[in-house]
Amino acid sequence: MKRWLSIFFVGGVIAYRGLFNWIRPAMYIPTMLGSPLFQLIFFTKLGQYAHAESRDFYIVGNSVQVCAMSSVYGMTMSVANERWFGTLGPLLASPANRSAVFLGRGVPVLLNGLFVSAFTFIIGAVLLGFHPGAGSIPPLALIVVVTTASCTCFGMLLGSIGLRAKDFFFVANLAYFLMLLFCGVNIPLNVLPGWMSAIGRCLPLTHGIAAAREVAAGASLSHVSGLVWTEVGVAAAYALAAYVLFRVLERESRRSAVLDTY
Amino acid sequence: MSAARVVWSGFMMNLKMVGTSSFFLLTSVVQPVIFATVAFYMFKSGGRSGTLLYAALGAGMMGVWSTTLFGCGGIIQWQRWQGTLELGVGAPPSMALVYFPFTLANAFTGMYALAATLVWGRVFFGVPLHLVHPWLFVLALPATVISLGLMGLLLASSFILYRYANAMSNLLEYPVWVASGLIFSTSLLPGWSRPISWCLPPYWGILAIRHAALGGEVWGPLGMVVVLGIASLVLSVFTFGIFETRARARATLSLT
Repeated sequence: MKRWLSIFFVGGVIAYRGLFNWIRPAMYIPTMLGSPLFQLIFFTKLGQYAHAESRDFYIVGNSVQVCAMSSVYGMTMSVANERWFGTLGPLLASPANRSAVFLGRGVPVLLNGLFVSAFTFIIGAVLLGFHPGAGSIPPLALIVVVTTASCTCFGMLLGSIGLRAKDFFFVANLAYFLMLLFCGVNIPLNVLPGWMSAIGRCLPLTHGIAAAREVAAGASLSHVSGLVWTEVGVAAAYALAAYVLFRVLERESRRSAVLDTY
Repeated sequence: MSAARVVWSGFMMNLKMVGTSSFFLLTSVVQPVIFATVAFYMFKSGGRSGTLLYAALGAGMMGVWSTTLFGCGGIIQWQRWQGTLELGVGAPPSMALVYFPFTLANAFTGMYALAATLVWGRVFFGVPLHLVHPWLFVLALPATVISLGLMGLLLASSFILYRYANAMSNLLEYPVWVASGLIFSTSLLPGWSRPISWCLPPYWGILAIRHAALGGEVWGPLGMVVVLGIASLVLSVFTFGIFETRARARATLSLT
């Protein structure tokens, strides 16, 4: 167990440092902070122009959703970039426990997603007048942690696909943009057609955003516990699916000798 | 080799290259369609269904800008990665002339976005495609696209010295959508941002296109599109010269 935890935490951090060694402030700030900031302003103003929902609806929705910048892209790259950098072979030749190797990569990504989400909430408060009650902030923080974790598990699934797919960035980009449409980020689920809201309910973010909106409006954590537990369930389902897919694709790649090929 | 031949060859070559790129497929077709759908539902839920053509045009122009931005941001960076930047800089034609057709092809590819959002809106949301001034629309669209291409050329020149051009591209996507009022009125923005909007070709471009489609004065915005396009061209010739010289002097042309 000690070794498992060591690989999970230390391995996760080392992998993150190795795979994202190209990140500098000049790269991080425009991409991970600047882009979410302007996404928040864009959708809040668009909502204001469309006379659709309240300002807080867009602030909460987008501030939670931007965690996907890290969770989806970061997690996809955490797995798929091993192949890109040519280190996938040595990694999979090691005797390290696969679940520790795989899940540990999510920790730095999760922390980064939380930071991006928190930053966007702060921007919403400073620039757009988002002021939830002080009592709402701890449960809101908990919901953001759960939702970011859920989104990270979804990113793991996409990363597993990147183990074999040629153009994993296309998939990650597509997933990020579809989340804006399906997950109730900017459109209430009851406005979407039934099939779209059904897909949305199977995706991460959806229940977390709904819970965050209620809590920001003054509801207690116990009032939204059903939504939060559903988000936890979605996270667990994606983590399991991602791990199974990872192992299946690893075995298939070994069998057909295409581990490092494109 | 005549300038026209350089432009035509570069334009066609880059058009073929971006035509096979899944990234450009995403920015010029998939992403605009998703944003158009989000906007359609937001407008519908706000009871503003009558403005769906407005949303389709705006989402299409957002795609034109994204394609131009990422294409132009990528020109220098991708050529660095591929090791072909020195060849382009060392070629006899001026650097601005070498890269102008590339940016033009990127902006031209962006027109797919407008076509995609209009067709998507028509088929799935019943957006009426009745244009008030069809001929002016046909005039305004290429003028705007060329002007955006020239603005992209100016951006590309500034990326010669900047190591993280792609990050800057990520940053500039939403702000220009916002400041240009591509899908909502700039009257919602603070007054101090108005002069920024006036300096952006997409601001005048969407006004010209929107007025041609929905009714309104077209020639004024169209004139501004042309003026800003020419200004971008003149500035980019100047900045390409300066930045190229500085990159050569510092030996940082191929920095990665």
